[in-house]
Amino acid sequence: MAEPARIERASAIRSLGHEGARWALNAITFARRKPLGAMGLLICATFLTTGLLAAVVSPYDPNFGGSAKERLQGPSINHWFGTDELGRDLFSRVVSGTMTSLKVAFACIAIGSFSGFILGIVSGYFGGWVDLVLQRMTESLQAFPGILLALTLVAVLGGGLGAVIIAISVAFTPGPLRIIRGVVLSAKQNVYVDAARVIGASHVRIMLRHILPNVLATFLVLASVALGSAILVESSLSFLGLGVPPPHPSWGRMLSGSAQQYALAAPWMVIFPGVAISLMVLGFNLLGDALRDIWDPRLRGR
Amino acid sequence: MGAYVIRRCLAGIVAILMTVMLVFFLLRILPGDVAYQMLLRPWEGAAGFGSGIDPTALDTLRKELGLDKPLHVQFVEFVWNTARGDFGKSLYSGNSVWTEIRARLPMTLQIALTAQFIAISLGIPIGIITAIKQDSWPDYLLRVWTIFFLAIPGFWIGIMILLGGLMFFEWSPPVGRNVLWESPLDSFRQTIWPALVLASHSTAILARYTRSSMLEVLREDYIRTARAKGLKEQVVVVRHAMRNALIPVVTVIGLSFGTLVAGTVILERVFTIPGVGNLFLNSITTRDYPVVQAIVFLVACTFVVTNIVVDFLYGWLDPRISLA
Repeated sequence: MAEPARIERASAIRSLGHEGARWALNAITFARRKPLGAMGLLICATFLTTGLLAAVVSPYDPNFGGSAKERLQGPSINHWFGTDELGRDLFSRVVSGTMTSLKVAFACIAIGSFSGFILGIVSGYFGGWVDLVLQRMTESLQAFPGILLALTLVAVLGGGLGAVIIAISVAFTPGPLRIIRGVVLSAKQNVYVDAARVIGASHVRIMLRHILPNVLATFLVLASVALGSAILVESSLSFLGLGVPPPHPSWGRMLSGSAQQYALAAPWMVIFPGVAISLMVLGFNLLGDALRDIWDPRLRGR
Repeated sequence: MGAYVIRRCLAGIVAILMTVMLVFFLLRILPGDVAYQMLLRPWEGAAGFGSGIDPTALDTLRKELGLDKPLHVQFVEFVWNTARGDFGKSLYSGNSVWTEIRARLPMTLQIALTAQFIAISLGIPIGIITAIKQDSWPDYLLRVWTIFFLAIPGFWIGIMILLGGLMFFEWSPPVGRNVLWESPLDSFRQTIWPALVLASHSTAILARYTRSSMLEVLREDYIRTARAKGLKEQVVVVRHAMRNALIPVVTVIGLSFGTLVAGTVILERVFTIPGVGNLFLNSITTRDYPVVQAIVFLVACTFVVTNIVVDFLYGWLDPRISLA
């Protein structure tokens, strides 16, 4: 009985072509070995697709409400998540907030990781007083927990989208910096770096060709969990009113202000955005955990 | 050992100084300073287009507040005053900053310390037990719990608790300032909820870390030797494994305390508790520089001191580490 199924599967994979087949087999192996990670990947992919197709998927306009009699309705066939106090469809609003969270999170982690990456490699490779100064600065940054640091930075920078992105990026720079620096320090010991230097390779070339591949796996693991944290920080900031400003939709902001006033009459207004935040962060965390288990068990337990 | 102490303390002072410098200068460099904000009429926007502020009034106010002096002079004055314990006056309420903070400190400390206490007393045992009974149902339960509580935003749990209380029990926690020694029952009823929310997160982190640390220790050779010697499993676990496993957990406790304090700020807003966190948020909105600076300074001090204490504890508990 197994034979026909195997043949069918094999022909299906073969129809994808050589590269496609390898990709598909990797994906299936990942799903089998790390079911939680695969679920996380699925959640993230769903959110990403929904966010990108927000205009298509939303049945109503998220910013303008219907007639007055549509206010504060519970979940129904017409309005899957119900409506808010202005008659706006909550499902459309939650969907429109997806892209904001994803964009802000990706931007912040990208900027933070990039700067931490560069600074970490420079710090680890050159050592000496460069290393010392950078380490002292990261220590003072790390003296604060992420949310507090981001909060203070947004406050002093005056608020607004740019301030939020800068603040969260800065808050997430020390993590990659420390880890990358550690990997660079241990990679520097490797013989092939000495060999390359003997041949006469420039500093930049050594850094790119020899040290970079070691660092990439650790980096990706860190980035996927950091994405989840960034989303939490952004929604906390928005909840406090110091995050992404209107008109950009934000789940955190949907949970503050008027939502709290009407929460008793319309609990769905506070339930669904919160569920959305939790699910997305969950997706990234699961994915990050699975990646870490596969690539870098050293980071286990962090 | 002595040299290490001095070096660590100096590094800590540098860290505090740099953090405060960052906040101090950013607050003053950027446009829209507090004198401007104070004179702004409510209907004029933050950008103050076409605002009717009299420039001489602005200058007088700035002189009064000491904002017209060059930046480095202001900073030196600030450092000097802070070293003497003078944080200045709140620009919003006119009271001394220290009075404001001191009034709100008890409730915040109650929340943070209760949460930390719950997290330690629940998290560590759970971590140890799930490590011993790996892959059994408590282990999976813990894993699911940690995964969920690390993803759910704390402020949302707080909102749900308040909502659920109102909807199903027609109950809400007491409000106002209830300090432990003045009205213990009300104070407890008020602070236990944010403490529980914070603890749920911290317990998850601590349990997870204790579990992985314990698992690593249980794989070590000396544990195998202890078992081969014929020691009872309980003795092996308690006398040998647990002690070694708990040492790195001390570092995590220090780190998780930071997350705890951050969460306190947000939850004080959710549960409307008049604590330092709420003061911080309000001062940020009203651009009350002295209060913001003072709180940033105090928080930075707390973390640096916590980290130094944790480092020492780690070095003291683990004879393999030499603090040189």
